[in-house]
Amino acid sequence: MRLAGLIIAAFTGTVLLYSTVDFPAWGDPASPAGTHVSPHYLERGLEETSVPNIVTAVLADYRSFDTMFEATVIFAAGAVCVILLRIFGVHTRDRYYRHLLTGVTIHVIGDRKIPEDSEVFERIDALWVPHDVIISTISRILIPFIQLFALYVLAHGHHSPGGGFQGGVILGASVILMAISTNLRVSLERVGERTVALLAALGLLIYAGTGVLCMLSGGNYLDYGALAEWLPVDPVAARSLGILLVEIGVGVTVSATMIAIYRNLASSGRMDEGL
Amino acid sequence: MIWQLDLLILTLVILCAVAVISVRDLLGCAILFGAYSFLMCLLWAVMGAVDVAFTEASVGAGVSTVFLVAAVFRTTRRTKD
Repeated sequence: MRLAGLIIAAFTGTVLLYSTVDFPAWGDPASPAGTHVSPHYLERGLEETSVPNIVTAVLADYRSFDTMFEATVIFAAGAVCVILLRIFGVHTRDRYYRHLLTGVTIHVIGDRKIPEDSEVFERIDALWVPHDVIISTISRILIPFIQLFALYVLAHGHHSPGGGFQGGVILGASVILMAISTNLRVSLERVGERTVALLAALGLLIYAGTGVLCMLSGGNYLDYGALAEWLPVDPVAARSLGILLVEIGVGVTVSATMIAIYRNLASSGRMDEGL
Repeated sequence: MIWQLDLLILTLVILCAVAVISVRDLLGCAILFGAYSFLMCLLWAVMGAVDVAFTEASVGAGVSTVFLVAAVFRTTRRTKD
């Protein structure tokens, strides 16, 4: 069996390596991809969309329809994770509490529990190692800067590398860091499960809504130039603003999806006990 | 593109890929996969695709490593079969 696997892998690898011979050379201006649309994007992109970063212009304007469905794929991935992993309903489960004054840990068996807002007992997770001062302090200092950087990446995607996907992932990562450095319940208090689900859908709604808004303004779907009718700018600047709108939509969806996937993975869908 | 740098990163990418499938510890696999993603990110940056490199760094090396570690954490040390 191992030998058969090796032969199949070696054969596939050889075929793949052999087929790369037909690829155009790296950066070849005479390749099919570099002869028709690429020159147009590179030469006319700035004057048509007023976006200096051509990658962003192609991703969110010329190829906007693709990007919308990329965001939909991410939303679908998050939704599937929730459907597969999330366990709803009552489940009896042992709980652990630490008595804050003495440090004694008690083990409550079954479905009974001490109120969550108790000042004498603190709920702790069985799998979670006790609080580490260094990790929690560093995370508390870092998280606002990470979130600020995420917003910068999202909003500055027109001029530098970045955009909705990267900004959204970094924004989601900051909430994940909060969940890792404290515990899952703290992050659930800050950003609730329902909020995350609504945000994931809202991002896609912003994206698709921008397209519909363009249609209402008399243009094609996702033709941001038509937005100039509503905005006090010329059509070229309107395309830049349209790109910003859809990037915000992508960012909201991606960040919410990342948070939802992490929470379901880390707590096996129970949403009470994190890593 | 600097070919020495390119060659070095490509060698490390292949080493990482072989290590990921040969290491028996799942947590080690997850970490090595993160290293693999980061090397791919460097490779994109060397080729001038900075946007792709950024995405690879944040999604591949960052969040998916966290997802893998979270998934590994829910497994047991020994298989049942």
